[in-house]
Amino acid sequence: MSVWIDLMGEAALLVRWSAEAAAAGAPLAVTAALQRNLPPGVIDLVPAIDSLLVCFDPLATDRDQLSTQLTELARHPPLTALPVGREVVIPVHYGGKDGPDLPEIAAQTGLTPTEIISLHTATEQRVIMIGFAPGYPYLGWLPPVLHLPRRKTPRVAVPAGSVAIAAGLTGIYPATLPGGWHLIGRTELRLFDPTADPPTLLQPGDRVRFVAL
Amino acid sequence: MQSSSETAFIEIIASGPLLTIQDSGRPTARRYGVPVGGAMDRFALAAANRLVDNHPDAPALELTAGGIQLRFSTRMVIGLAGADLQAQLDNVPLAPWCSAVVSAGSTLSLRGRRGKWGGRAYLAVAGELAATWAVGGAGTCLPSGFGGYEGRALRAGDRIAVRLRSRLAMVGTRWWPLERRPPYCAQPQLRLLPGPQRHLLPEAWATLLTATFQIDQASSRQGYRLIGPALPPHTLSLSSFGVVPGAIQIPPDGQPILLMADAQPTGGYPVIAVVIGADLPLAAQLLPGDQLSFIETDLTTAQTMLAQQAAWLTAGPEEDDSDWLLAQAGAVG
Repeated sequence: MSVWIDLMGEAALLVRWSAEAAAAGAPLAVTAALQRNLPPGVIDLVPAIDSLLVCFDPLATDRDQLSTQLTELARHPPLTALPVGREVVIPVHYGGKDGPDLPEIAAQTGLTPTEIISLHTATEQRVIMIGFAPGYPYLGWLPPVLHLPRRKTPRVAVPAGSVAIAAGLTGIYPATLPGGWHLIGRTELRLFDPTADPPTLLQPGDRVRFVAL
Repeated sequence: MQSSSETAFIEIIASGPLLTIQDSGRPTARRYGVPVGGAMDRFALAAANRLVDNHPDAPALELTAGGIQLRFSTRMVIGLAGADLQAQLDNVPLAPWCSAVVSAGSTLSLRGRRGKWGGRAYLAVAGELAATWAVGGAGTCLPSGFGGYEGRALRAGDRIAVRLRSRLAMVGTRWWPLERRPPYCAQPQLRLLPGPQRHLLPEAWATLLTATFQIDQASSRQGYRLIGPALPPHTLSLSSFGVVPGAIQIPPDGQPILLMADAQPTGGYPVIAVVIGADLPLAAQLLPGDQLSFIETDLTTAQTMLAQQAAWLTAGPEEDDSDWLLAQAGAVG
């Protein structure tokens, strides 16, 4: 299994995996393993699509020991011990003004809008990471027929709650933000609430089912 | 609870370009897509707090650039650290890196940078500034609008409540010795560690280490765009990964971005270098138009410098009201 571990400044280590290892769930498996038994000095874990950023207090951490431990864990991610993850249902208004890019996706994929919605709701998707903006989840993976590059021209303002797809993933905009993904629908669920603990509706590892309203 | 404590406040008369409540940040919030945030210059924040016996991570006011005027509703003890923004307390000069007792109704004004460097100063009050705690911190998260004071920058007319300590200890003026401060200066040379994608963009790395850059007008607490010689554009397309303040990203157009406190916690641009933590206070003192350069360093230096700054903060301020010592600190007008 190909693994790269690099310093990101003196207070973080970036672990990266090959696409295959990432698709098999290595970042989430290693994140879960570290969370179960947090090494001394580690402050935060930021899992991403094919990487994991391990942030630590450099004055309270044996960096070499942490690096050794990470290398071992990253090379042999405990994939079988991957947490089952919570199941979260997200109701979506697909198409229409909530999903203005559905016709364009239909044209690009040769599917009908109904078929696209069926595929999207039939696929259980895992939260791979939260990033881009507070509470913005990246969910994967979509069936290959729905793998589309980002829009050539991003939108200046994507409405809050928009459910969008790009690069084989689903994203949900927690607030009105600029964005280049294809909008297929909108949910009324609140994805980010700074007064809640945890502040995000979804956590890495959660299993999400989209339901058409 | 004393009624005098409940009514104590700081009133904003003029905010300058950006005035926010900031603390030491949200170190565990990245996993939620939330910026680490907090004070741009964490050292100065901690020093301002230590000057008034607060916890070094406590929320304080981050004063940017100048054009700022504040009024104190009642007698309180304040600590000012960071850039020398020509502070005046009721028209009497007040040097930074000192504590001071302010009387009821007195006004603190900060005109702007006195010398050749400096962009941000921190004002701490002995006691507790009212600030909304959210997502593991009390600082203002401007990109998402939460924390601090109503999740936004302060403006004229705002009043920040202050819970003063029940017993106001009238200690002699404290000051923070020069030899226990980071080496603030104009045109700093920031020390870098190579980033994860340094080898993918060797020309960009080489240029970064030889050129002088200027902070672009389109810069904020999220990051500084750096104007300099054209770095070669690239077409590298990476999956987003976790990034840190201090990281230097190279977008496809080749104009580097130095990520600062409010940076998004993930990004997809290659990171060719990371400014060491000990030099982030120097970066925090830069404003648009200022110049800077970079030099490569090693992990041992990064670690040693960070430990040294931690030791300075532990040592804390000097407690002496001798005029001679104050003059040494530059505290007497």
